[in-house]
Amino acid sequence: MNACCETPAFEPPQAPRSGGLSTVVLIGPPNSGKSTLFNRLTGLRQKVANYPGVTVEQRMGLMSGVGRDDLTLIDLPGVYSLTPYSEDARVSVDVLKGKMPGTPKPDAVLLVLDSLHLTRQLMLAAPVLALGLPTLILLNMSDVMESRGGKIDTLKLAKELGAPVAQISAVHGSGLDAVPLFLNQCALPPAAKKAEQLLTLPVLGNAASTHRWAAQVSRRTGYKAPLSAENSRKLDSILLHRIWGPLLFLAVVIGVFEVVFSIGQPLSDGFGDVLAKMGALVRPLLPAGWLQSLVIDGAWKGISSVLVFLPQILLLFLFIGILEDSGYLARAALIADRVMRTTGLNGKAFIPLLSAYACAVPAIMATRTIENKRDRFATILVTPFMTCSARLPVYMLLIAAFIPAKTFLHGFLGLQTIVMLGLYLAGFVAAMTTAWLLKSSILKSSEAPFILELPQYRMPTLRSLGMRLVDRAKVFMRQAGTVILSVTLGLWLLAHIPPVPGPGGHYTAPELADSVIGKMGHFIEPAIAPLGFNWKVGIGLISSVLAREVMVSTMGTLYGADPETQTMHLQNALHTDMTLGGAVALMIFFAFAMQCTSTMAVVRRETNSWKWPAVQFAWMLTLAWTGAFAVNHIITALFG
Amino acid sequence: MSVLTDLRIGETATLIALDLPDSVQNFLMHMGFVPDAQVTALRKAPAGDPTVYAIDGMEIALRRETAQSIRVRSNTETATGAVAAELSKIAANTRAEAQTEIHEFAGATR
Repeated sequence: MNACCETPAFEPPQAPRSGGLSTVVLIGPPNSGKSTLFNRLTGLRQKVANYPGVTVEQRMGLMSGVGRDDLTLIDLPGVYSLTPYSEDARVSVDVLKGKMPGTPKPDAVLLVLDSLHLTRQLMLAAPVLALGLPTLILLNMSDVMESRGGKIDTLKLAKELGAPVAQISAVHGSGLDAVPLFLNQCALPPAAKKAEQLLTLPVLGNAASTHRWAAQVSRRTGYKAPLSAENSRKLDSILLHRIWGPLLFLAVVIGVFEVVFSIGQPLSDGFGDVLAKMGALVRPLLPAGWLQSLVIDGAWKGISSVLVFLPQILLLFLFIGILEDSGYLARAALIADRVMRTTGLNGKAFIPLLSAYACAVPAIMATRTIENKRDRFATILVTPFMTCSARLPVYMLLIAAFIPAKTFLHGFLGLQTIVMLGLYLAGFVAAMTTAWLLKSSILKSSEAPFILELPQYRMPTLRSLGMRLVDRAKVFMRQAGTVILSVTLGLWLLAHIPPVPGPGGHYTAPELADSVIGKMGHFIEPAIAPLGFNWKVGIGLISSVLAREVMVSTMGTLYGADPETQTMHLQNALHTDMTLGGAVALMIFFAFAMQCTSTMAVVRRETNSWKWPAVQFAWMLTLAWTGAFAVNHIITALFG
Repeated sequence: MSVLTDLRIGETATLIALDLPDSVQNFLMHMGFVPDAQVTALRKAPAGDPTVYAIDGMEIALRRETAQSIRVRSNTETATGAVAAELSKIAANTRAEAQTEIHEFAGATR
């Protein structure tokens, strides 16, 4: 009865590994919980969420979560069948068949099926079992199935499929003992095998016959589907209601930003004070002179001016996490589909675009779920317009410095929130307009079908949310410790050369305006003066091409290096040095410009040409310059 | 004979065939859109399109163009003539209820 002990026929004879097992692969339909299980089995933190298509490329990890450091586990994008339909599914099929260069051929398969919809999910079992690899079938979310009155006879199912079957809950980590047990069995010599039962599989590749087979198997093995989730339907009747649906969607978005400001701002201010105190504590420990200036006024001021925004960014990610894990995101996609189709964008583009609110890089990779190449390229090209979290420090700094904290509607809606929402909206409108331009010209294609599976609502777990926040904080700190630190040190250096002879024959730092960096800033000033930017902002625009948040650290360093503004809070320093028009124009510039080398690199990789990132950079820069120019003049004319 | 878009919200029909390009058809069939499956129109998105259909215990949203190419047989299409139509209209509610109960029962015993 146990197919898992069978030595695969195509095992390369020249590689008799100890135990005969080294690579295990996770496969299953989309949103069946493979990545959650992957995290459990490896102890890693692969991104998970409650919508189909979160994983778009294979990930590998050692199975240390179950004490098997000797085994590599591969997590794959979800597939419905082994007939690849999109780019991400092709990856899964290639890895599974051992055709993926650079990825080891799997020796055993863990097939993850969602036990809530077993009949349909069993359709994937047919082609996977036909591969002839030792396979363990894991029926995930079995706790939910049982609590809703579903039933399944795992022994009968195992007999029917000729492969071991176990019920698990990846979220709660129950039933996972079956995995090491299965792996041990696989390592046994073939002699220990029991007599194989003949497995009748349907004609492969024919969906109708596969479905009939799956239905028969589930009937014969006494599968009782759980009652459909009444709660999900009830929730949907409100959240997808004609009037309440869009209103609640809007309320959710506004609410998130209100909280990010009203609770996040004091947190960030407090955190900023702590960081400043830490700098003040270290200052006397360093000898007065260039070292003190480099460490405290240069590096620490630069880094802490960005780090300050950590609490607000974590708050935002907490909300994004709740929305993603609960299953609301797929509903939002449904609500927004009308807008998407007006622009000609593929309906599937919505989820990558939404995830671009965190970061454009994974979002661009998530476009692999879009089958049509032109649709996919159009989505890739507009994704960087979505307001990623790296813009947040820039917006927050400028908003806190220039926009008064007025409130409307009895304090429920703040002017600062409105400006922030306006910036998000500006990015969204730019994305949609660009998409429309692309889709009605160079990337025209016939309309692709929109097929979206609505997952059932789930309560987000604290574990999953906590893991997201820890990961996010790590990414943010790493960025601060690498890119931002090096740019800051470079800037400090350029701000202090060439040394000028001072009194008593000592060489001292030049006036900031006479330093190398000051000369560079003044050189580009004519190009940006019409936007209301001074030369310091110009330096920031150049350095932030590396990453947007570098803008803030650059400002921190430059104003920190300038004796006039050295003692000031960065907000106040900016306030004395810029007009309102220039500040708003700067935000608009950041809303549109492509200030991120990581994004350009990923666009090049995904489109396999330098042409697209170049076009994208030029278009976004044009829009940014024009937008900032217009805004600067309008604001200056209105508020003078 | 009608298509999926003809279904009123709450109405259930039996799927006959899909008239779609092979790749899309194959994909939909793996999501449960196979002949003889029972499809219920669950709700429309706030903008009126796409529509969410319940099939095989799953909820799947389809745009109008796709749903138009899926042929179904309405489960209430048996009655003919004006009187019968009038009668079936009266009976529609009861029948729809009974239908869902039967399907739930069938689903439960399957």
